[in-house]
Amino acid sequence: MSGNIQLLTDTLAGARAEGRSALIAYLPAGFPTVDGGIEAIKAVFDGGADVVEVGLPHSDPVLDGPVIQTADDIALRGGVKIADVMRTVKEAYEATGKPVLVMTYWNPIDRYGVERFTAELAEAGGAGCILPDLPVQESALWREHAEKHGLATVFVVAPSSKDERLAQITAAGSGFVYAASLMGVTGTRASVGAQAQDLVERTRATGTGLAVCVGLGVSNAEQAAEVAGFADGVIVGSAFVKRMLDAPDDRAGVEAVRELAGDLAKGVRGQA
Amino acid sequence: MPSEFFIPDPEGQVPSPEGYFGDFGGKFIPEALVAAVDEVAVEYDKAKHDPEFARELDDLLVHYTGRPSSLTEVPRFAEHAGGARIFLKREDLNHTGSHKINNVLGQALLTKRMGKTRVIAETGAGQHGVATATACALFGLECTIYMGEIDTQRQALNVARMRMLGAEVIAVKSGSRTLKDAINEAFRDWVANVDHTHYLFGTVAGPHPFPAMVRDFHRVIGVEARRQILERAGRLPDAAIACVGGGSNAIGLFHAFIPDAGVRLIGCEPAGHGVETGEHAATLTAGEPGILHGSRSYVLQDEEGQITEPYSISAGLDYPGIGPEHSYLKDSGRGEYRAVTDDAAMQALRLLSRTEGIIPAIESAHALAGALEVGKELGKDGLIIVNLSGRGDKDMDTAARYFGLYDTDAEVAADAADLAEIEGDAK
Repeated sequence: MSGNIQLLTDTLAGARAEGRSALIAYLPAGFPTVDGGIEAIKAVFDGGADVVEVGLPHSDPVLDGPVIQTADDIALRGGVKIADVMRTVKEAYEATGKPVLVMTYWNPIDRYGVERFTAELAEAGGAGCILPDLPVQESALWREHAEKHGLATVFVVAPSSKDERLAQITAAGSGFVYAASLMGVTGTRASVGAQAQDLVERTRATGTGLAVCVGLGVSNAEQAAEVAGFADGVIVGSAFVKRMLDAPDDRAGVEAVRELAGDLAKGVRGQA
Repeated sequence: MPSEFFIPDPEGQVPSPEGYFGDFGGKFIPEALVAAVDEVAVEYDKAKHDPEFARELDDLLVHYTGRPSSLTEVPRFAEHAGGARIFLKREDLNHTGSHKINNVLGQALLTKRMGKTRVIAETGAGQHGVATATACALFGLECTIYMGEIDTQRQALNVARMRMLGAEVIAVKSGSRTLKDAINEAFRDWVANVDHTHYLFGTVAGPHPFPAMVRDFHRVIGVEARRQILERAGRLPDAAIACVGGGSNAIGLFHAFIPDAGVRLIGCEPAGHGVETGEHAATLTAGEPGILHGSRSYVLQDEEGQITEPYSISAGLDYPGIGPEHSYLKDSGRGEYRAVTDDAAMQALRLLSRTEGIIPAIESAHALAGALEVGKELGKDGLIIVNLSGRGDKDMDTAARYFGLYDTDAEVAADAADLAEIEGDAK
């Protein structure tokens, strides 16, 4: 079975055709439990997310702030395995028919085996992967297998990326481009970096046909509306995780992320 | 005039331009750091070929650090090693008490050349942190040191030293709360502050160019030792032995000897409570290739690529990774790596203290324990250099607890009995 890269591309194009940005949500697998994580992802889709990135928790999440570190710790202590991540992707996709990506660090995939991982992710109905510590220069093996299995390779660009690198990255990537709004790790911020719009414009100036979606620091509908003014998609992660961490119980956590997805969905439609 | 103390690798066969030592190394970093890491590579390459940089660094290494460091023969210690001759390369006599200052001064000069005003660093035992805080005081740079919370406790003296030198010390409470987590936190800081901050990485791991650059700054150890042993013993040693955590002091000693096929290069990894117990940090003995902190190398990990928590009595070796050049030396067979338990290292620490009046760092004591074994294997004609990478002052609390040296401890008496045994051993 081939992966769902086309579904991802079509979904993002569909949002653009509606004259709005797409809402892309992140939640780690296995948090607070594997089944609880699946329920949360379904709720986020139900609330209005267009795409979900499922985190594969890693022991050393060097690009994540304290909120996602805490969730990863809970998931790993709960014994989450790659098989659980695959089940999460499969159930979320089958229940909603919407594109589901995996976001993780390179070592778990390298160790698991690139062919095995990409084959299983495609089989589960996954649409692709975001690997923030795998720069384009080290990505040839991954891209070969991702392409073979119909999976998108979403690269991250940063405000520090020079124009020539933006050209290399957009040429090698697929699905969409993840534009980091600021220099830093994941986490909610009071304001989205002013560098974000400049980065989106520089990325588009490469002539890429890929959607350019902005992540890092976006946590509420006002920020989502602001970003939606210049980006093809708005990526929100820590704000969802924080709602679940702050909830009195798992059921309340699921409702809290459904509600936040609803607010953000209005934001990406300019209704904040 | 050619530089006498800053002696980068003249052969330059490894790493490749992409930073690979065979299958190991590379640059697995987030996009946000690519520009900064590239800048370090470009600036280091310029500096390496700039006589003014070499002159400045040489001047510091002589008049500030105190290079060259001595090569001390330790015959009373060697009596316990089958009678082989053993010489110690005395990096413990450098300013700040370890080899770490060699690399720190080089990178601090580079920081100035890049126009950056702030330095961050990780530290395990605190030796790299102290050296970094020292260089920042000397050059007027802002300094933040990340240290695992467990290490701030077992190396409290070094925390105080860093703060005395004006550095901010942040105790890292995530993960295993040791060196690995301090590095994670330093990377998080760097991503956010990279425009004005240099990450003064303390070992021969990390993304290219750090493994090659840090090696080059430490190469002086082996270059000096090679010259000194030829003067003193009239021949090259049978073995050069060093402890390995990340591997900086080891590569510093080994590198100048790599072309000398008759010199065995032996790295001593921390076996903790024993490799078979799972409580160890013997990365090359028990690890598998993977990616940690920006490069491919041997890593302690489970079958799904999660990094496993290391353990060693020595904070400086308590790390689940290793520099990629060591992985390359292991796989090519040029380097040999063996694991040394906490207990063997602590016995060697006390033995050197009592036979030679030199108290080594617990890290370096792993190499000394290795030398006791290798000496017995070589026999009385053997000739060994051990890198005494640091001094043991910082470890006195750990050692006193281990041996029961505090007045309140009834074990002081037992320790005296052990000493009689040590003396008996040598006969």
